[in-house]
Amino acid sequence: MGTLWFILAGFMITGYVVLDGFDLGAGAISAIVAKTDGERRLIHRAIGPVWDGNEVWLIAAGGTLYFAFPLLYASSFSGFYLPLMIVLWLLILRGIGIELRSHSESMLWRGFFDFVFSASSFLLTIFFGAALGNVIRGVPFNSDHYFFEPLWTNFRVNASPGILDWYTVLTAVMALATLTAHGALYIATKTEGDLWLRSQRVAERSWWAVAGLTILGLLATLWVRPQVLDNYKASVVGAVFPIIVIAGLFGMRFFPKKGNDKASFLSSCAYIVGMLGGVAYAMYPVLLPASTDPALSITVHNAAASDYGLKVGLVWWTIGMILAISYFTYLFRSFKGRVSLDGEGY
Amino acid sequence: MDSALTLDRLHFAFTITFHYIFPQLTMGLALLILVLETLAIRKNDERYNDAARFWAKIFAVNFLFGVITGIPMEFQFGTNWAKFSRFAGGVIGQTLAMEGVFAFFLESAFLGLFLFGEKRLSRLGHWLSSLMVFLGSWLSGYFIVATDAWMQHPVGYALAKDGSVYLTSFWDLLLNPWAFWQFIHTMGGAVVTGAFVMTALGAFYVLNEKHSEYGRLFVRVGLIAATIGSVLQIFPSGDAQGKMIAFKQPPTLAAMEGLFKTESGAPLVIIGQPNTAEQKLDNPITVPRMLSVLTYRRWEAEVKGLDAFPRDQWPDNIPLLYFSYHIMVGLGSIFIAVSVVALFLLWRNRLFSSRWMLWILMLCVPLPYIANTAGWMTAEIGRQPWLVYGLMRTHEGFSPTVSSGNVMFTLLGFMGLYFVLGILFLYLIWREVEHGPVRESAEAPLAETLRVGGQE
Repeated sequence: MGTLWFILAGFMITGYVVLDGFDLGAGAISAIVAKTDGERRLIHRAIGPVWDGNEVWLIAAGGTLYFAFPLLYASSFSGFYLPLMIVLWLLILRGIGIELRSHSESMLWRGFFDFVFSASSFLLTIFFGAALGNVIRGVPFNSDHYFFEPLWTNFRVNASPGILDWYTVLTAVMALATLTAHGALYIATKTEGDLWLRSQRVAERSWWAVAGLTILGLLATLWVRPQVLDNYKASVVGAVFPIIVIAGLFGMRFFPKKGNDKASFLSSCAYIVGMLGGVAYAMYPVLLPASTDPALSITVHNAAASDYGLKVGLVWWTIGMILAISYFTYLFRSFKGRVSLDGEGY
Repeated sequence: MDSALTLDRLHFAFTITFHYIFPQLTMGLALLILVLETLAIRKNDERYNDAARFWAKIFAVNFLFGVITGIPMEFQFGTNWAKFSRFAGGVIGQTLAMEGVFAFFLESAFLGLFLFGEKRLSRLGHWLSSLMVFLGSWLSGYFIVATDAWMQHPVGYALAKDGSVYLTSFWDLLLNPWAFWQFIHTMGGAVVTGAFVMTALGAFYVLNEKHSEYGRLFVRVGLIAATIGSVLQIFPSGDAQGKMIAFKQPPTLAAMEGLFKTESGAPLVIIGQPNTAEQKLDNPITVPRMLSVLTYRRWEAEVKGLDAFPRDQWPDNIPLLYFSYHIMVGLGSIFIAVSVVALFLLWRNRLFSSRWMLWILMLCVPLPYIANTAGWMTAEIGRQPWLVYGLMRTHEGFSPTVSSGNVMFTLLGFMGLYFVLGILFLYLIWREVEHGPVRESAEAPLAETLRVGGQE
């Protein structure tokens, strides 16, 4: 049961990164690709009706972790206290950045909220990347599974690390590159003309960063946490993740050249799914490793809620997610196609 | 100011109080917008559609602020209340996760359609999207209330070997009898807020002689909803909730009522200040025997005072609890009085010429917010000293590794950020109010805007 919920929680988190990832990426690059007020509005129209729903995936993923692995939720959230509070503030700023810009015609007002939106998206991407790095590297649990990490110490990877060290900075940069490409490819599916062209160019350039960082990240991870290979050695099933990653990377290069925007964006989705799936596969059964004593790691065995609770959860979760996925399919279909400046909206 | 416990409590109290300014309006408005949309279709009257569109804009601003201030609430269970989460996550995680999966997805997906999809959807489709937004927001209310209800009155659980609780009955948790009345009372409170806000804005437009045609429409719809909502808040939902507290949390009832000593034929206190040092009420004005009647339906019934319970069972802030409760009940009574008188004038066709009544309706706008806040404070301070009633004390629940200085830092951070958010919110609402409801037409929006203003 614990294993099943490990997979489902992984599904929720991956869903969040794929969905909110494109609007985060779009925000991070909006200052570069959109030059005029009209182009900025187009970006807002491309993500406006969906960003809030995408962010719900974060809430739902949090809720899923909370009820399936209460110990993990309690320990990690209190241990990552400071960065999480900063993430909350950034999420608040980002929400008002997106929604408030269109409330005034003043260029100063719009410029200010464009900056808020862009800067908060950029920083959130960095923080989420660093968070993933922390989860792979491990945290300094005490004997009661609690810890508290400062924002940084000496940037070395050791038994009492900070949120930021050289490894997590690397994962943060990797997340930024990945979501930049992801966001740019999304914008390309929704726009035409200059904006489309600039997004394409950003995606093309960031592809090199993504590809390079994938290799560098892999090497760094093997250095920091050699145990990640264990599950891959144990079974060939894991090979599916690197294959998806490589296929995704290939698609992100190949489809833009063919002018197939949708396939390019889907390749980027596949790349993210492959990367996160690969991490989860490598980590299992550990949910949050200890940098101190490996025996203190939080795993699906010591953190899972009661069997009854997890079984009941499976019933309503399945029903709920089928409903949610059907609303989302309907929502995305209702707003499908490239955006224009006509009619109501941002 | 150096206790992490105090600061963690203040952190949650501050962020939840600020947060709840927004959902109480959106949950109330969701119902009222659905009513307006329904009236537009049934009466085939375009004005109701204009009104619905206007309130949808107010709704959207409130919804945004509700979402961005709501995310910190779920996070805080883990960040500031780690021991509580470890203890209770296996049970209340269920309802919190269900809120995300069932309510938030529904609400957010259909809100996008409702706000931006009017031209893409048929009339019925748009009506359906407003129904879905209403369902989503009320469902979300239910899951949160069910979570709180479990903390007030834990059911469907067992204790594990490691001292935490685990779920034994899903349906007991979901259909907690405490949740039923608390939900009705909470949603009633939201309808009262939505209805009074709608009425007050209508009165403002009429008094200001701007958009007065729509102003009268808002007053009519809002006032009827306000009257129904206010009456239902006292009976049955308020009464039922009072009885649940009397039977399941008797020390709380005694503290709420300021009843320090056990009495038969206990009086109901209207005004008076609890004096905790001398264990009595200063300058009380009371209705004799009324508390016994309300609680047990008998004149002579004995009501247990605080002296009947050991000190460590007493709520830890009796004056604050007492005042919250009395402010809620006092305002609730004022709502009934105001709305019944105004409704009478409306029925006699004299409301819109009675400027004094319109002034009163307009000035009522902050009161339901205060009443709802005071109501939640009654529930949560009344639960003290327990975090989970009878199972876990509040001082056992906070995060052990987060120092008080860090909590102070983030509390001040939230205060500063929310101060700015509050200013932005008022500015945005003011802009919408000034712009007012307009006849929207895709062909000539500007010309139409100029024409509107009570002439049709």
